[in-house]
Amino acid sequence: MTLSSVSEHEVTSNRYLRGKYSICGVGETTYRRGSTESTRSLATWAISNAMKDAGMDSGDIDGMLSYSGNDSTFAPWVAGDLGIRLNFYMDVHGGGSSTEALIGIAMGVIEAGMCKTVAIYRAMNGYSAVRIGGTGARSAAPILGDQIHHRAYGWQSAGQMFAPTFLRHMYDYGTTPEQVAAVKVAHSKHASNNPKAFYKQRYTIEDVVSSRIICKPLHLLDCCVETDNATCIIVTRTERARDCPNPPAVIQSVVGRCCKPRADMHYQHGPISTVAGHYAKDILWSNAGLGPEDVDVTGSYDAFTFTTMLQLEDYGFCKKGEGGEYVSDGTIELGGRRPNNTSGGHLCEGYTHGMNMVIENTRQLRGNVDDSCPINEDGVREHTYNYEEGGCRQVKNVEVTANLGWAMPGTGSAMVMAKDHK
Amino acid sequence: MPIQGDYMGMMLTIEDLDQENRDFFKYCSKKEFRLQRGKKSGLLRYPPTTACPWTGDRESEWVPVEGRGTVHSYVEVHHPIQPAFKDKVPYMIILADLDMQKGQPTEHEALRVAGNLMTEDGEFVSAETIKTVGIGTRVKLIYVDVTDEFALPHWTIDKEAEQPQKPWRYPEE
Repeated sequence: MTLSSVSEHEVTSNRYLRGKYSICGVGETTYRRGSTESTRSLATWAISNAMKDAGMDSGDIDGMLSYSGNDSTFAPWVAGDLGIRLNFYMDVHGGGSSTEALIGIAMGVIEAGMCKTVAIYRAMNGYSAVRIGGTGARSAAPILGDQIHHRAYGWQSAGQMFAPTFLRHMYDYGTTPEQVAAVKVAHSKHASNNPKAFYKQRYTIEDVVSSRIICKPLHLLDCCVETDNATCIIVTRTERARDCPNPPAVIQSVVGRCCKPRADMHYQHGPISTVAGHYAKDILWSNAGLGPEDVDVTGSYDAFTFTTMLQLEDYGFCKKGEGGEYVSDGTIELGGRRPNNTSGGHLCEGYTHGMNMVIENTRQLRGNVDDSCPINEDGVREHTYNYEEGGCRQVKNVEVTANLGWAMPGTGSAMVMAKDHK
Repeated sequence: MPIQGDYMGMMLTIEDLDQENRDFFKYCSKKEFRLQRGKKSGLLRYPPTTACPWTGDRESEWVPVEGRGTVHSYVEVHHPIQPAFKDKVPYMIILADLDMQKGQPTEHEALRVAGNLMTEDGEFVSAETIKTVGIGTRVKLIYVDVTDEFALPHWTIDKEAEQPQKPWRYPEE
């Protein structure tokens, strides 16, 4: 870790709980299409895996947080199934940008003495039941009041809602379709080294820009995958996390659902080619005592290729307007200076509303991502750092990671984590 | 009674208690584009809200605004999501800056009003017409009736305005 940027930031105090909380367990179901079970069943599956990862049993978890768009099962049912007696729970409305926000809430409620350890989950049949792309029942739902200002114009799906931001970025800064397509190329390269990924095929720039247009500027391959899955992250005090089998991923700072002005209709307040990260970065880096230059691996939400690019730019990984260049010059690929979404993310691994990117960065910090590298006789995976197809996806010497969560151009969340050095 | 009407096969409903949207869409049915003006700030706002975004002032009045502007950005849909739009693709959603209050109260703010790109008669335009419209195109508002007391504002090319030689379009065409 280079601490070159630290002088600009507050580093002297442990302010805002910096370092005090950690992710001690992560887990997921398979990523697939064609679910054979309910979100309740998916949730218990993912939470069980995370508890196993944390070396915890039902008596160790006493808090639960979940989020959904009314397409999941609430925490009390899931906790009951697993024999967990809750001292705290909350089921929150929302999709992307919830992961980091809920991690922050978990830290707050533990700090307040309301519970000790929180399991956060997102369970969704995003392909087989409530389709995340917006087709099916959601697309034909009656249109009420405030929704008339967009849905009545055929302005409804995530891609449709975000497109004015994406196009305006191309207009303002000359960003090209080929530059942005490089995000899919990088994430597909990473996914090819992830046995869990739903799409493991590597793609080229040409594959992306020659795929059919969904709504300009989005080609089919600029859009994420819809899958059925659940994911779980367990948050506890770092002190407690040190007793767990895996090294803690220590939380340095969190930002939750930070908004541009006019969150009711963010396009009213420009520049519309600037996203919420522009505001969130001032909380994220200052509270972490770190800057973008200190980060080894990023997880920038890829609902679309463009969302990854816009956030990396507005969080300061490059100059404003240079996002197209940043994502296409090799920096974000495995083997590059700062790989992004090393699991393949939403574009390739599976769609989880942000959870899998935090899970991946946790594993990167532990130095034990689940790729195809050989496992030795002691059960330890020996990473080769050969990033050829079907090979390794562990990044060398990961000290600091950043997650940049996206709800929409006007709203985002973020988190910085670091390796434990106690 | 809620105001309710079928529009292209979609059921649109404005509840009794949703006074702001009732007023907005009722004015549209009289072919008037009216926006709320905050009593304290004197600033217009879009879409309808319950208080002034700049002062928090809950007092406002509906004032008529000229429905002319410039395309700030757009969406061009080729793969329809909603069943109502299946036979309309490609269609365009325009986000246009009204001339009124553009760049106020700060440089990058504007009344950015959404609507589909329509003919002057309120029909969806052809794919050829879509190719002539982009960022910078001058547009004006028209209204398409949903019921007797409810109409939707939409955008059409402003034929009386001076148009840019080549409005900015997505490059890959």
